[in-house]
Amino acid sequence: MFSGLAITGQTVAFFVIALFVIACGVMLLSMKKVIYMALSIGGVFIGCAAVYLMLEAEFLAFIQVLLYAGAITIMMLFAIMLTKHDEIEKPEPITAHPVWAAIGAAGFGLVILWVVKFSGIKWPQATPDSPFQGQDNVKLIGEALFNQYVIPFELVSVVLIVALVGAITLANKEEKN
Amino acid sequence: MLSVEQFLTLGAILFCIGLFGALTKRNIIIVLVSIELMLNAVNINLLTFARFGLMPSINGQIFTLFTMTIAAAELAVGLAVLISLYRNRNTSDVRDQDLMKW
Repeated sequence: MFSGLAITGQTVAFFVIALFVIACGVMLLSMKKVIYMALSIGGVFIGCAAVYLMLEAEFLAFIQVLLYAGAITIMMLFAIMLTKHDEIEKPEPITAHPVWAAIGAAGFGLVILWVVKFSGIKWPQATPDSPFQGQDNVKLIGEALFNQYVIPFELVSVVLIVALVGAITLANKEEKN
Repeated sequence: MLSVEQFLTLGAILFCIGLFGALTKRNIIIVLVSIELMLNAVNINLLTFARFGLMPSINGQIFTLFTMTIAAAELAVGLAVLISLYRNRNTSDVRDQDLMKW
């Protein structure tokens, strides 16, 4: 399937990282305790940050570690601790639902893989030299964000503040009158 | 030399893991986590085309930044809803949240 790939440091690193990410994803699906599931998603996030580094998005890799692996995983753990966290998913009588879900997910995946691999689409050839050569990633992002994308940037900040205020309002205990 | 296909394959596999988790997991928080996994797969795709695409540019990274922000907002609201649901109904099982089920 991946024939024609020269074994270089980059490809080896990519396959190790990909294996780590997928293993953490499978752990998320197969663990019994909810808290272990939330911890294994942290592994997926860190692996994704490594993939971003390979795609030369250093700033986003940093943000990924900071935001996802740091903040979101911890927030998930908080939420699990605040709800029933010592609950173990009990094996249930087998129903048709997970089977259909597996068929659906696998079918969807096969369709995507077919499009990627076998449909004969000519993907653009990768150039060995980076398009962002010698340029500071953070500087590029900053310039694009504050020149071309000012209005979306401001809108997204409004969305973020509204969402966070709404979250506080929702989670706040209502006063008993 | 790595190219588009390997990264797209990784993104597709991650997306399918997330999809399966979101469809079958019973704890609401894990369903939310699976949705985050799918968003991460999409981010990998965006960054792949920003680096290896026909016209590589920084715009894909900007889009990923926006996706991450929206995902964080979504997660904050989702967790607040979950906490409030748990307080009211005392369960974190998806199948018990069937008040609006037809």
